[in-house]
Amino acid sequence: MGLSSTQQEAERGILLTTVDKMTRWAQKSSVWPATFGLACCAIEMMSVTSSRYDLARFGSEAFRASPRQADLMIVAGRVSQKMAPVLRTIWEQMPEPKWVISMGACASSGGVFDNYAIIQGVDHVVPVDVYVPGCPPTPEALMFGILKLREKIQMGLPPKYLELTQGGAS
Amino acid sequence: MKLTDPEILDRLQTRFPGSLEVVPSIDQPTVTVPREMLLAFAEHVKRVEGYVMFNDVLAADWFPARPRFEVVYHVYHPEKYQRLRFKTFVDEDQPLPSMVDLWAGANWPEREAYDLFGIVFEGHPQLTRIYLPDDWEGHPLRKDYPTAGPRVD
Repeated sequence: MGLSSTQQEAERGILLTTVDKMTRWAQKSSVWPATFGLACCAIEMMSVTSSRYDLARFGSEAFRASPRQADLMIVAGRVSQKMAPVLRTIWEQMPEPKWVISMGACASSGGVFDNYAIIQGVDHVVPVDVYVPGCPPTPEALMFGILKLREKIQMGLPPKYLELTQGGAS
Repeated sequence: MKLTDPEILDRLQTRFPGSLEVVPSIDQPTVTVPREMLLAFAEHVKRVEGYVMFNDVLAADWFPARPRFEVVYHVYHPEKYQRLRFKTFVDEDQPLPSMVDLWAGANWPEREAYDLFGIVFEGHPQLTRIYLPDDWEGHPLRKDYPTAGPRVD
């Protein structure tokens, strides 16, 4: 009797999973963004970490000043022609796996800035996983985009740059 | 118009008879100077009249009119609290004399006008692009520059 009850109690405290699932769960629960605010969208990006919206619930509140510690680049604002090489360098410095969220109309398509100075969509420069619409997007919208990214990670879908290099989506 | 140096236009016209054209303006005395006289005029304005502070160089493109560029200079007299604006017209293949030797503050504004309009200032110590990347082609604020953004599709 004593032995079986111990075994039952032990089984109650154990969860079985695969290493893969476990890794994905850990990855999606600590997606750390790089500090990369380019324009007014950055204000909304900052407020998403505040206590009112509390991005910390999803483990993404730690904005890293170094791209080497970041998993996610939130392109928050219009990307000028002069900023594009800088953005690309920062993206290349991020360790893999890495994701990119294009936040707002300007980052996604150039927005109202249809002129010589602005890149017409940041996906010309880096591969984008999630596009968040809005001008600027509300913090809720950005949070929704981050949640969509978490879903993507949980499902085991590869980041966009792997999709592109490995040829065809899985 | 705010005038703390009310006779400035009369004095300038006496010094350069028949060559200056007074432009009606609501904020400060304004004259148009022929391109050939620009340097002599600027030297007089600074050394004799005492407008020792240089504010800005601006340009406007009146394409397809000829000459197409209107270059506008703003200077200031810090003791009389008086501003003065003088401008000149220039075409794209005509260089202008640089004001850097007279007013050091003209350095960056002239580079800006060169960068965005392609106006060449002769005698400028370092006439290179100031805003755009060094390998940029064209001058974006010209009227014949494409307005839409570049698409890489």
